[in-house]
Amino acid sequence: MDDILLLDTTERYLNGELSAGEKAAFEQLRQTNSDVDQMVVEHSMFIHQISEYAQNRDYKHQLHEIHNHLLETGELNEGQLTTSGKVAQMWNKYRRVTSIAATIAGVTALFISGLVTYFTPVSNKKEIVQLNRKIEQVMHNVRVQGNQLNNVLQPKVPVNEVATKGGTSFLVDGKGYLVTNAHVVADASTILVQNNKGQEFKASIALIDNDKDLAILKINDEDYKPLTSLPYSIRKNSADLGEQVFTLGYPRDEIVYNEGYMSAKTGFNGDTISCQIAVSANPGNSGGPVFNKNGDVIGILSTAQIKAQGVVFAIKSKNVFHAIDDLKKTDTAYPRIKVPSTSRLKGMDRVQQIKQIQDCVFMVKSFTK
Amino acid sequence: MKAEFSEQVLLKGLAKNDAKAIETIYKNNFNMVQSFVLNNNGSYDDARDIFQEAMIVLYENVKSEKFVLTCQIKTYLYSICRRLWLKRLQYANRFTTQVESLEETVPIEEDLEHQEKRNLDFAIMERALGSLGEPCKSLLEAYYLQKKDMTDIASIFGYTNADNAKNQKYKCLIRLKKLFFSQYNIGE
Repeated sequence: MDDILLLDTTERYLNGELSAGEKAAFEQLRQTNSDVDQMVVEHSMFIHQISEYAQNRDYKHQLHEIHNHLLETGELNEGQLTTSGKVAQMWNKYRRVTSIAATIAGVTALFISGLVTYFTPVSNKKEIVQLNRKIEQVMHNVRVQGNQLNNVLQPKVPVNEVATKGGTSFLVDGKGYLVTNAHVVADASTILVQNNKGQEFKASIALIDNDKDLAILKINDEDYKPLTSLPYSIRKNSADLGEQVFTLGYPRDEIVYNEGYMSAKTGFNGDTISCQIAVSANPGNSGGPVFNKNGDVIGILSTAQIKAQGVVFAIKSKNVFHAIDDLKKTDTAYPRIKVPSTSRLKGMDRVQQIKQIQDCVFMVKSFTK
Repeated sequence: MKAEFSEQVLLKGLAKNDAKAIETIYKNNFNMVQSFVLNNNGSYDDARDIFQEAMIVLYENVKSEKFVLTCQIKTYLYSICRRLWLKRLQYANRFTTQVESLEETVPIEEDLEHQEKRNLDFAIMERALGSLGEPCKSLLEAYYLQKKDMTDIASIFGYTNADNAKNQKYKCLIRLKKLFFSQYNIGE
């Protein structure tokens, strides 16, 4: 009972409900009895704690109510992002328009495809076959005429010799020096080079390097008009992986353009003289120049791996310099060969580049007895 | 100036537990926090929890005289929510990338620490009340939490008079205090 009385007095004291006399007596008691004093402090703290707790609980409750209230009034939207809301609104708004548009589009598409089918001429296999034959006929005539013309006009093709190999070459000096592969001209008794207009010139081997598979040819023909300068340059350092490259060559009677990219810095089995490029090449492309996008010669197309597609090896262009140096050393009869070092093709459109380059790329025909 | 003034009014209202003020603050800031939480791997429920926790921190702070808000309410709430959400993400091990920040933040670490302490106290009080058992719990809640008059309590709980109820209340209070102080350390 004492405890309860004390508690009651303490509570009333804390709430300020005691009369002046009682208060003085209680404060006296607090000063004399430290236990009572401690209990008062403790109780005051406890009351504070419990009222804080009460407030906190009320407040939490209030927050919940406000949240629900705001949800009801629609001032908050839970469960829906504003963006998705917009999309849904748009859809609701334009559903009809969209469906009409879709229908019209569908009908139009059907109508047009109907028209196309109706008016497309029925393809006839028979006609195509006939056309083929006609073309062949024309081709045949042309060939016969060509042969006849050749017989009349062809003093350059050596008599009693057979054309064995064909390849490509390109000018390294406008005076008539060409670079090609050694394997193109090896064992040749006569060499003819032909430009893209079909003119043929006699040429001879100035230097042949079988190790590097490079040969330098010299045009010895009065019909040949020397060029003052070449459009492309020849690069001394090697190209980077991934560089875009293109080639020009004569796998057939026409000059043929191809493009690809640098795929490895070494050639077959780690050969450091050459590098690997990915480009489609055929027999006849041998000796053809490989250009980068600025029109610098970066290599001479030489071989292809038989069992792999698109794996082509090119001799690095710096070897051309070595070959020319060798030539100067061994034979002083040759006037100074000047290798072009600046390209005129940089920044040009590819078509324009080719127009300039193609006059400097020659077909090589080797004849043997 | 005007915005600042109205913010002060809102804070004063909040301290007095004014429903209108709370609602205004709630309405003005909830969407921002919701989009923050949703954009950072959270759900709507997470957003609500986090925001209400932040509102409690603000409320508890505003009640104390010492507290002066040096930034906008919005910035303060955002900072708290951001911190709380980061903590929760770390706790759930879902924290993979840097949480993207949309708004400026202010340092609120100290406030949050205080709040954690308070939350701990509240938890002790709640546990103590919970293990008290009926009718003591309801009796004490009616008096101390709902601030009901002793005579009302007597009639509600079926005591013959207020004094009886009072006696019973004190008995309960002594038990509650024991339970509470067994877990609560005054020294801290």
